[in-house]
Amino acid sequence: MKIVVCIKQVPDTTEIKIDPKTGTLIRDGVPSIMNPDDKSGLEMALQLKDEYGAHVTVITMGPPQAELILREAYAMGVDRAIHLTDRKFAGADTLATSHALAGALRKIDFDLLITGRQAIDGDTAQVGPQIAEHLDLPQVSYLQDLKFDGVKTFTMKRHIEEGYQMLEVDAPCVVTVLSSANKARYMSVGGIVDAYQKEVEVWGFNEIEVDEANLGLKGSPTSVYKAFARGLKPAGELYEVETDEAVGIIIKKLKEKFILN
Amino acid sequence: MDFSLTNEQELFQQMIRDFAENEVKPLAAEVDDLERFPIETVEKMAKIGIMGIPIPKQYGGAGGNNLMYAMAVEELSVVCATTGVIVSAHTSLCAAPILENGTEAQKQKYLPKLASGEWVGAFGLTEPNAGTDAAGQQTIAVEDGDNYIINGSKIFITNAEFAHVYVIFAMTDKSKGTRGISAFIIEKDTPGFSIGKKEKKMGIRGSATCELIFENVVIPKENLLGKLHKGFGIAMKTLDGGRIGIAAQALGIAQGAISETVKYVKERKQFGRPISGFQNTQFQLADMNTKTEASRMLVRKAANKKDKKLPYSVDAAMAKLYAAETAMEVTNKAVQLHGGYGYTREYPVERMMRDAKITEIYEGTSEVQRMVISANMLK
Repeated sequence: MKIVVCIKQVPDTTEIKIDPKTGTLIRDGVPSIMNPDDKSGLEMALQLKDEYGAHVTVITMGPPQAELILREAYAMGVDRAIHLTDRKFAGADTLATSHALAGALRKIDFDLLITGRQAIDGDTAQVGPQIAEHLDLPQVSYLQDLKFDGVKTFTMKRHIEEGYQMLEVDAPCVVTVLSSANKARYMSVGGIVDAYQKEVEVWGFNEIEVDEANLGLKGSPTSVYKAFARGLKPAGELYEVETDEAVGIIIKKLKEKFILN
Repeated sequence: MDFSLTNEQELFQQMIRDFAENEVKPLAAEVDDLERFPIETVEKMAKIGIMGIPIPKQYGGAGGNNLMYAMAVEELSVVCATTGVIVSAHTSLCAAPILENGTEAQKQKYLPKLASGEWVGAFGLTEPNAGTDAAGQQTIAVEDGDNYIINGSKIFITNAEFAHVYVIFAMTDKSKGTRGISAFIIEKDTPGFSIGKKEKKMGIRGSATCELIFENVVIPKENLLGKLHKGFGIAMKTLDGGRIGIAAQALGIAQGAISETVKYVKERKQFGRPISGFQNTQFQLADMNTKTEASRMLVRKAANKKDKKLPYSVDAAMAKLYAAETAMEVTNKAVQLHGGYGYTREYPVERMMRDAKITEIYEGTSEVQRMVISANMLK
């Protein structure tokens, strides 16, 4: 079995702050990480590798520094890493991104394509499904679990609002995975040492199969009207008291703020 | 000259930090409180190669270097100094002397099991009457045909209770003093070899520090490590390497105390504002951080020299001396900045201050480090 996992480097949003004046992200000093949903998807692929000897390729589209997550993937145990990077891809929204990735995936043979459900920086959950559409493959999103019959059929547990949906899908197909599906393994020390001995294939526009009009800013119909930060509120005070006492506290507070006289 | 980490080292640091935060930190208070050896952590570390970082791949190790090893001990000790010393004693004091002095057969037999973490390693030099004065060894090994018969005891042996293989030292010619000491490899289940009293310690309470007892222990001659009567040199060289590990442990303890203190002083309010707003707090933190960063540079320099196969004995002594004294000073200040809460076990700085003290004592006291450093200056 051949598996491809799409991964993305994102700022660690648990450590991110927003400039209250400009409404933009303060990226200084914010570490970059492998997107959690993608990492969970990668773990799913590596488990299939452990069990069935699957060959696992990772691919990412991003600037040169995104190479770090490909090395990380090598250190976790993948077999091949492809870095999709070209100035022609710059400024892409989800549609242009999915076109570029699909263009690369046309050049790779696979039975299963795994993406994370969504990236923690954009939170759109669009790229995985869009790739499936471009490649005309069946897709199952929001995966919580996946089992393989060892031949060609996957049994999938899909998270939906009311509960779970169970499906059987034949390869080839595309799935998007939730971060809660797997706890990703740690990189191994030996894997990290080896990761820097291995080749990361760098692919640009010339290596992939895509219409240039669908790429970069030109291929991006999305435009951002306005981005703003929600105002910060200080933590409130919590009182667990009887009603009479609570009324007294509220009146006192309102008087302190000159709302009541 | 470049003080920054390579991408590979940064990736490694990120992995170790994640591991320490998620797998080691949650157990730190319990390991200390119950004096419990964290065997489950050792198994987890084994699985991802932390028990064999600087061991070459041909012997089943991760094929990393001493700088990575020092970074690992540092990051583990940030959250749990017990875990830091388990890795340090195992790697520097057992796997390293076998790698550096062993025959090919010894390396093939022991290193893959140690590097994979299937076996834990320990080191036995100290005796009740032979601490800093290692020449006062009373454990003796007598030649008997194809074997040696060992009698005596060792104390304060880290990992003792959970180790499978021990590098130990014994007198093979008592008349020759330090030139009559030899090194041996002993396996756990050898008849006559037993683990004695477990120490109740001030700090690093989970590290299973015990006596080793040898009563007519018969070991084959192929378990002699290095040449006959050359054990003292092996012990000293091994401790040079070990000091990088302990310096890294001390550095980690200091860093851990700083992280806890920074968090605390931002939250703790007195006189209507966070205590981080007081200049006393700010100046204390500045001193703590400066000395810790200086320790880090000394540790990395010593590890880097070892990796480059340059003489590093004095560098390791300086790193250990400075990092250990910094750990003691920084944890003391951390407790002070925490006030009364810092004296309770509700906050980890209390444990860190107890853990820090041993770094000034084991693998060569601070006084021994000063001897090593000044002897080199005055020779």
